[in-house]
Amino acid sequence: MKYDSHFRYFSLTLIWAWLGIFALLAFLLVLGVSFLDHTQAHIVIPRLTFTNYQFLFQPMLLKIFGKSFSIAATVTFFCLIIGYPFAYFLSQLDRHYKSLLMLFLIIPFWTSSLVRSYAIMAILKTKGLLNLLLLTLGIIHQPMQLLFTNVAVIIGLVYNLLPFMVLPLYANFERLDRRLLEAAEDLGAGRFIKVYKILLPLTKPGIYAGVMMVFLPSMTLFYIPDLLGGARSLLLGNLIENQFLFANNWPVGSAVSVILTAVMGGMLFIYWRATQRHERQQVLL
Amino acid sequence: MKKNSSNITRYTWLTAVYAFLYIPIFVVVFYSFNNTQFSLVWHGMTLNWYQDLWRDTNLWVALFHSLLLALCASTIAVVIGSFAAMNLYWYRFRGRHLLYGLVFILIVTPDIVLGISLLILFSLMHLDLGFWSLLLAHITFCIPFVVITVYSRLVDFDSHLFEAARDLGASEITIFRRIMLPLALPAIIVGLLLSFTLSLDDVVISYFVAGPGYEILPLKIFSMARLGVRPELNALCTVIFVITVLLVLLSHMTLRKKT
Amino acid sequence: MTENIVEIKHASKSFADQQVLRNISLTVKAGEFLTLLGPSGCGKTTLLRLISGFEQPTSGQIIINGKDMVNTPPSLRHVNTVFQSYALFPHMTVYQNVAFGLQCRGVAKEQIQEKVMAALAMVKLDKFSQRKPKQLSGGQQQRVAIARAVVNEPLVLLLDEPLSSLDYRLRKAMQLELKQLQRNLGIAFVFVTHDQEEALSMSDRVVILDEGHVEQIGTPREVYEEPVSLAVAKFIGETNIFDTEVLAVKDNKITVTVEQEQHEYTNKRGFVAGQKVHVVVRPEDVRAWDKVDVPGVTGAMLPGVVEEVIYKGTTVDLMVRLASGKVVATTEFFDEDDPKLEYSIGEKVWVEWTPGWEVILPYEV
Repeated sequence: MKYDSHFRYFSLTLIWAWLGIFALLAFLLVLGVSFLDHTQAHIVIPRLTFTNYQFLFQPMLLKIFGKSFSIAATVTFFCLIIGYPFAYFLSQLDRHYKSLLMLFLIIPFWTSSLVRSYAIMAILKTKGLLNLLLLTLGIIHQPMQLLFTNVAVIIGLVYNLLPFMVLPLYANFERLDRRLLEAAEDLGAGRFIKVYKILLPLTKPGIYAGVMMVFLPSMTLFYIPDLLGGARSLLLGNLIENQFLFANNWPVGSAVSVILTAVMGGMLFIYWRATQRHERQQVLL
Repeated sequence: MKKNSSNITRYTWLTAVYAFLYIPIFVVVFYSFNNTQFSLVWHGMTLNWYQDLWRDTNLWVALFHSLLLALCASTIAVVIGSFAAMNLYWYRFRGRHLLYGLVFILIVTPDIVLGISLLILFSLMHLDLGFWSLLLAHITFCIPFVVITVYSRLVDFDSHLFEAARDLGASEITIFRRIMLPLALPAIIVGLLLSFTLSLDDVVISYFVAGPGYEILPLKIFSMARLGVRPELNALCTVIFVITVLLVLLSHMTLRKKT
Repeated sequence: MTENIVEIKHASKSFADQQVLRNISLTVKAGEFLTLLGPSGCGKTTLLRLISGFEQPTSGQIIINGKDMVNTPPSLRHVNTVFQSYALFPHMTVYQNVAFGLQCRGVAKEQIQEKVMAALAMVKLDKFSQRKPKQLSGGQQQRVAIARAVVNEPLVLLLDEPLSSLDYRLRKAMQLELKQLQRNLGIAFVFVTHDQEEALSMSDRVVILDEGHVEQIGTPREVYEEPVSLAVAKFIGETNIFDTEVLAVKDNKITVTVEQEQHEYTNKRGFVAGQKVHVVVRPEDVRAWDKVDVPGVTGAMLPGVVEEVIYKGTTVDLMVRLASGKVVATTEFFDEDDPKLEYSIGEKVWVEWTPGWEVILPYEV
């Protein structure tokens, strides 16, 4: 018995210590730094101040916030519109095809997001496939500037994050009792009623999880605008990146991260309140 | 008639999404064999770009660094994470929900927040940015994925299995060793492969905690991609894609065989 | 053979603020087949888990083989459980499953081999020792689960609804097999079920639980023929219940009115005049006649109309509406004396039962 409890205390202490130091403590440091000052010579100086948060209320920064939010919302919207029917159709296939197609969905999920962003670059460049296609079809008459625009950033983010929307939704559809839809049909429900009264309410946990998994990265995957949007496009992620690595203003960068974490906290809270425990377990992995 | 039209919608939708997911990757693969620098037009098959890759010693160093890092990080993360998952499943200890919640939150947390948190922590600890800072960071972001993968596998089993073992007189160490570990093994392997891939692919967190002395592959690719589309990079991305596919197939087969 | 293997004294169990078991006291005698019977949610599985040690009582004592076992872990109680879902280890062979408990106790290798094969032979599975549980049928898995438990020679074997996932025929066969196995082994079985027929046919004694407390403990015959409460009467078998009150008490007889007729019954429970009571009669004790004057019938005949005829093969069940509007269920057995057992809906009949076959219980709301 003694051996048992040693083993248990050791493994529990290890995980707590690890996450305590490298996640909790580390984040508390960010919170702390966001209230400290900085000078040209020192990245951080220990003087309490609220100027970092006041700084965020400048029109220029508010514009970045607004833009980042609207891009994230657009990306989430497209992922949901594309991913929801996709996950539903996928869940309705025969078992044999389903496992094969799932495999093809998991491959991009595991593939380096950098490699996939690079692939989008290759598609969108002025002499790329998309322009060639549009020219051939006669939709446009001269190559469009696609790369280094907001559209490119949105396409890149949707492309990267679509699997994160589809997987929780698919897990949700898979656990859905198919007979519920048949019962609804049997009771005379049309297609519209079936979707609005049965499908949507029952897949709420999947939708919430998917939205969360897409919305947050959409604001922070800074390398996608770096590659696809050039210098003009700024997400919150780019703002943090700039403050930390180029402007050397850690306190402001930290303050932006704290705001971002607050957004995450809010989304988690909504998710927690809107779903049941067992539903959450079904949806995540 | 109605059935038919809905079937057409279904297959069109599925095909379109898969095309969207795969065409960009295949374009890169296609370009990587194209015997020209810039044009989209097919100029004949070549392995020149792969030969260039082969000769680029900087890339080899970065690759070696990345592999070493991924191997160490995933192994340590799997050990810590699997034991945590088994404890989380088995014991009703104080702070259990807190630990589970923390793991869950870490999965959702944007990478950039974790990246700068660790940057601040490491600079406070006066830890030089390089292999060790990268290793600590990678273990940290891999642990939650291992915990969730292993834990959700254990939850799928009938909890009476573990009670039956206790009923038959098994000590807790026996239950861990002879029941829980073998049952969780496929998930542990998948956790290992997933961690390995995550570590190998990570850009955001590494971007903040990497130092000039220890170059890793994703950051190298990032700096190359900033300069634009280049044939050598096409070849490199193709290689990475193929490796990922192999890893996914391996993990898929592991789970298949055991369930 | 009369010693008590398990004694439960005043055990109560609460989960959070919900009381699941209230002041349970019962004993398990050596070598007996004891069944815990009750509707789902009555606390029978929790009671079993108190004995096995997977739950601790909030108060009270669990005594196994003379020692108080509260806070003793399951592994040290010399008690084994057959789980409802069998809980066979999917990654081990049948042999490894059965050997597991012996290995945990550190039994020598040769002895393990011998005992495991003997246990498997006992459940007729010695040929399947190298199979994985998944490769066996439901009934075979069930037998492996039993072999895995009994190979440890427990003082008591606990079985938690072990037959509930088998189909009807297999369940019948396994009931017989389990009963024989219990006789051969001579160890006490504590069997949990919600199936009253199963409980009556297999047990030496039945414990009827309802809403967390013991309603009655007795032999199958006692609980069926002499239920002590309405809950027991309703749970075991079908019943006809007449609500009425005691008119008069004289010596050991009481007079009550049933359907406007005065009846005189034996006063077994010391009822007093004016007390409200239930008169309970089993359908198979009620007979329906097609005319009033039947030779040999002593009780009062109640007139009624056949509302429903249910043919069941060996019996015919009738629903008869009496003059008062009350519906009485009767079960008529086919026998050689009365080959023409035919009733039609709307037919007028007279029903009666032999005095003394009824059970009179104090009034419950």
